[in-house]
Amino acid sequence: MNRRGFRFDLGWRALVLAVVGFILIQVLMWLRVINPYWQQIGCLAGITAISALGLNLVYGYTGQFSLGHAAFYGIGAYGAALLTRTLGGNIWTMMLGILVGAVLAGLVAFAIGLPILRLRSDYLAIATLGFGIIMKVLFDNSDAVFPMMGGAAGMTGIARLTNFTWVFVVALGAVMVLRNLVFSSVGRALISVREDELAAEAVGINTTKYKTLGFVVGCMYAGVAGALYAHLYAYLNPANFDFLKSIDVLLVVVIGGLGSISGTLVAAIGWTFLLEGLRVALPASVQDWRMVIYPLVMVIFMLVRPGGIFAGTEFSFLKPREYRRKR
Amino acid sequence: MTYFLQQLINGLQLGFVYALIALGYTMVYGIVRLINFAHGDVFMIGAYLGFFAMANWHLPFPVAIVVAMVGCAALGIFIERIAYKPLRNAPRISALITAMGVSLFIENFTNLNFMFGPAPRAYPRPFAIRTFDLGGVSISNIQIIVFTVSILLMVALSLFVSRTKIGRAMRAVSLDKDTARLMGVNVDTMISVTFGIGSALAGAGGVLYGIAYPQIQPLMGIMPGLKAFVAAVLGGIGIIPGAMLGAVIMGVVETFTSAYVSSTLRDAVAFGILILVLLVRPTGLLGKSLSEKV
Repeated sequence: MNRRGFRFDLGWRALVLAVVGFILIQVLMWLRVINPYWQQIGCLAGITAISALGLNLVYGYTGQFSLGHAAFYGIGAYGAALLTRTLGGNIWTMMLGILVGAVLAGLVAFAIGLPILRLRSDYLAIATLGFGIIMKVLFDNSDAVFPMMGGAAGMTGIARLTNFTWVFVVALGAVMVLRNLVFSSVGRALISVREDELAAEAVGINTTKYKTLGFVVGCMYAGVAGALYAHLYAYLNPANFDFLKSIDVLLVVVIGGLGSISGTLVAAIGWTFLLEGLRVALPASVQDWRMVIYPLVMVIFMLVRPGGIFAGTEFSFLKPREYRRKR
Repeated sequence: MTYFLQQLINGLQLGFVYALIALGYTMVYGIVRLINFAHGDVFMIGAYLGFFAMANWHLPFPVAIVVAMVGCAALGIFIERIAYKPLRNAPRISALITAMGVSLFIENFTNLNFMFGPAPRAYPRPFAIRTFDLGGVSISNIQIIVFTVSILLMVALSLFVSRTKIGRAMRAVSLDKDTARLMGVNVDTMISVTFGIGSALAGAGGVLYGIAYPQIQPLMGIMPGLKAFVAAVLGGIGIIPGAMLGAVIMGVVETFTSAYVSSTLRDAVAFGILILVLLVRPTGLLGKSLSEKV
């Protein structure tokens, strides 16, 4: 039996795991086993995971290849930062900022998605890539319209509001929404579009609607992640939202496995800590090699294990009961 | 009016360099349906090979172009063999991601200090610059060289593709791989030849870019590479004259945007054109529209 509509739950096993994990990390932080530096890296891992979950929805589940994910990340970041700088930074404006980041990214995704989602595979890739570069140019020149955004010099004076609790709660919510979305009739429609657009249309699925839906929701995830990112480092620079950033997120999705929430989570956390770990472990003279290792990993993964670590499977605690294998 | 003509000449200079890169994109796409993201980096390697040939080995300029072309051809074939060939029957997106990985690898590897290093280098000028005045519009000997070399190469390529046996085999493979194979064409060799020729043209483009805009660094290939790809799409990807036309349009539009609007917006305009073209006429200016096969 499969699920029909969209429900909002997470299953008690996943919830218990999340709560226990959260308490454990809080205790370790309180005992100073995890110092502020690694806390920040943990936050970054969570933010990367949220953004990558969005791209996984766009590409992994719906099959729409996007190379412009960082642009939506940037839209969310700048939108939220403008809001908290104008209204002052506190918990409420932060919540509002996350909401604004999501809505802005979603609106732009809707406006750009309607025309360009007609394109297929590599044409879509190149159109989204173009959109990403255009957005970067706009961020670079943003100070002409909003002097607060600082243009190419970067935006400063953002309140430092993001902490581990924020990231954890938002990420948990993101996992919950995505998990319920993909294990529902909507999710099956999205996957059918990925598998064969023509066949999906032939069985009566409104492919335009579902492609747009997947794209808009995925980009809203990027907007939320951007909003958290803006308040983590309290500084935004257009260079953080360029083409390479889009590839970064894509890499996480591909390594984790297309169409796998578990894979994206594991890859986002593993990858962020691996890069930072190498920064700490490697001597200064070979630091640059990190940037060489990283595309190599990407190529080797594509050649050896194109499905990624999880290859479309999930941890069983993330699956709704109906989807678990019967003994 | 003179300002307009002057900018037109500058734009054509940029456009011809783009054309040399765009040809490689379009030929490779035509034959294996792959956006070879690493092509812009092959162009960068070409510029560096020309740099070493002239600055370190003191070779004359024409020899430097040949060195860059041969080196890039070898690099292009090598990349195809190790990274793309194993993925020929994989989903196209896997190959695309691999291409991006190869591109990033080349950029970051050459950025290392024991390779080229991240610092920009001044390109050697093989001869003194002389400008000729044509009724208010000036044209330099460098621009003349860029025009001559690129036109010569493009004519040579057209003749090669349309008149020789290998060229005919290449066209056959790009039309239908399986049929070509049945006719006794060695498909793998033809794909390698295509990568080789495309990369050689990019190598020549790199050297011309180096003497025209005399500063090179390992990340210099990213933007020209992307814009050349846009040019190839603009002209109709897979179509050789289309790539030349698209590249010249791109170069001129970009230069005019810098001259009349704002140089910071020129990338936005270039990619804005791309999105418009994709939406209005996805097969490009010279492309034939194909109905979708079910």
